[in-house]
Amino acid sequence: MEQNYYQKEIETMPVDKIKELQSEKLIKQVKHVYENVAYYRDLMDKKGVSPDDIKGIEDLHKLPFLSKADLRDAYPYGLLATPIKDCVRIHSTSGTTGKRVVAFYTQNDIDLWDDCCARAIVAAGGTDEDICQVAYGYGLFTGGLGLHGGSHKVGCLTLPMSSGFTERQIQFMTDLNATILCCTPSYAAYIAESLKEQGYTPDNIPLKAGIFGAEPWTEEMRRGIERDLGIKAYDIYGLTETTGPGVAFECSEQKGMHINEDHFLAEIIDPDTGEVLPEGEKGELVFTALDKEAFPLLRYRTRDICVLSRKKCSCGRTLIKMAKPMGRTDDMLIIRGVNVFPSQIETVLLNEGYQPNYQIIVDRVGNNDTFDVNVEMNPDQFTDTVSGITSLEKKLSNAMKLMLGINPAVHLVPPKSIARSEGKAVRVIDKRKLH
Amino acid sequence: MSLKQLTVFVQNHQGSLVSITETLAKHNVNIRALSIADTEDFGILRLIVNDTKTALDTLTSDGYLIKTTDVVGVKIGDAPGKLSEALRVLDENSINMEYLYAFMTRTEKHAYVVLRVADNQKAEKALEKADFHIITDKDVDKL
Repeated sequence: MEQNYYQKEIETMPVDKIKELQSEKLIKQVKHVYENVAYYRDLMDKKGVSPDDIKGIEDLHKLPFLSKADLRDAYPYGLLATPIKDCVRIHSTSGTTGKRVVAFYTQNDIDLWDDCCARAIVAAGGTDEDICQVAYGYGLFTGGLGLHGGSHKVGCLTLPMSSGFTERQIQFMTDLNATILCCTPSYAAYIAESLKEQGYTPDNIPLKAGIFGAEPWTEEMRRGIERDLGIKAYDIYGLTETTGPGVAFECSEQKGMHINEDHFLAEIIDPDTGEVLPEGEKGELVFTALDKEAFPLLRYRTRDICVLSRKKCSCGRTLIKMAKPMGRTDDMLIIRGVNVFPSQIETVLLNEGYQPNYQIIVDRVGNNDTFDVNVEMNPDQFTDTVSGITSLEKKLSNAMKLMLGINPAVHLVPPKSIARSEGKAVRVIDKRKLH
Repeated sequence: MSLKQLTVFVQNHQGSLVSITETLAKHNVNIRALSIADTEDFGILRLIVNDTKTALDTLTSDGYLIKTTDVVGVKIGDAPGKLSEALRVLDENSINMEYLYAFMTRTEKHAYVVLRVADNQKAEKALEKADFHIITDKDVDKL
């Protein structure tokens, strides 16, 4: 297959050159952060590391880690490295205790992010002849505006659909002959189902490729979407803390994602000791943003369990590859593309006057996640009418939606009815087979 | 004046009802009337029994989520149209009803209706004014 690249020089750069480039950028970036981010300067001082100690990527391991807890402590402006007058946008994810992660972007940050997404679109076969339907949510979520920016850079005709309104998605897709679809894999599967119901077959669906990410999906699910839509489906990886989608992307080989390592320096560490592991070993993925100006996280622990590989790729790209994440080192769940921590559920329950006795049950029916939360009823709130109890359930579900961004189905259950094993309740039952 | 109903929260599990009725039987509690409101997930069991206190204590100590609810018990004639007459009284007095259930006894030529309304006192007054007999816990004990 003929290969196109968006930035060929970078994407096919010899590995030693990439490492040289990373070293140069790292030295500069550490200085920028040390000078402008008091929070990280303190961490470096405590560790006894100064910017002068960092002479290249071989010194990366000397730097302290940043974790989600640091983002919470420093919320909202504590990790901002540029004056607000230089920032042009924020994006955000929900946080664990009601505090959100807010990431800042300068215009340059946005340009580089858009380039990353453009590389993903081109790797999926996209050109300026294409019509790119962006059905990720637009707004605080990075998915919509990230792929939107990438689509512009490539010169695709961009359909800024945002998520939802499936009838309208299908109408625009089929009337305008959209050729590339960007959304979560579960939404792609849902759109595929709806198209089928309306009598469309893979032959008369105009799409040729899809770029799907923001939630875990299996190889079986990929093949199903590819078959039903008559397309090739490409994975894309990213997180708001590092920028958004486009940190890594899949090429025609569909075996692992190339990390845009000229911008994001990846490491794999032992999650318990923090030791850097050699290439090919499984561990926690850590990113250092090399070019970001406004929100330049150094050694950010993603909590994703992953493997890196420098094996030669048939697409000609030399960028290091990461496997699909194989799990988490924390208890975060990704449900319908949204990050959910059990502690968020707990916070809502305490706020609403419940004991934190609950059980989260996640499953996948067809290709859609189901999200149920069983909560032990507060005896004081027990009423003798069905409407009284269902309205309590509804109120809790709405409070959880405010915290999480998605609605679980809440089921009140009798006190002490949630199974406890060895005195400890099982908080999460994830029946999906994702890894 | 009103009647005490026991309200028990039950999960839609196999066997959850039988364990309640067995507990009551073991403690010589006689069920006079019952009704269940059920949804996909849970049920609300409503009971009128001869010995409310024993039932409440034993089910509570067995770990059930249970409470007493004041309801209105009314005696109506066992003939077509009698229930309508009682309900008409409530309607004319703008008394909203949440639910109702009925029971009969072997000996009397009467039916009894248990009403859960927004305002018990108002309902009882209105029904008495229309010559209905309101029953109490004591009446139930004698049935």
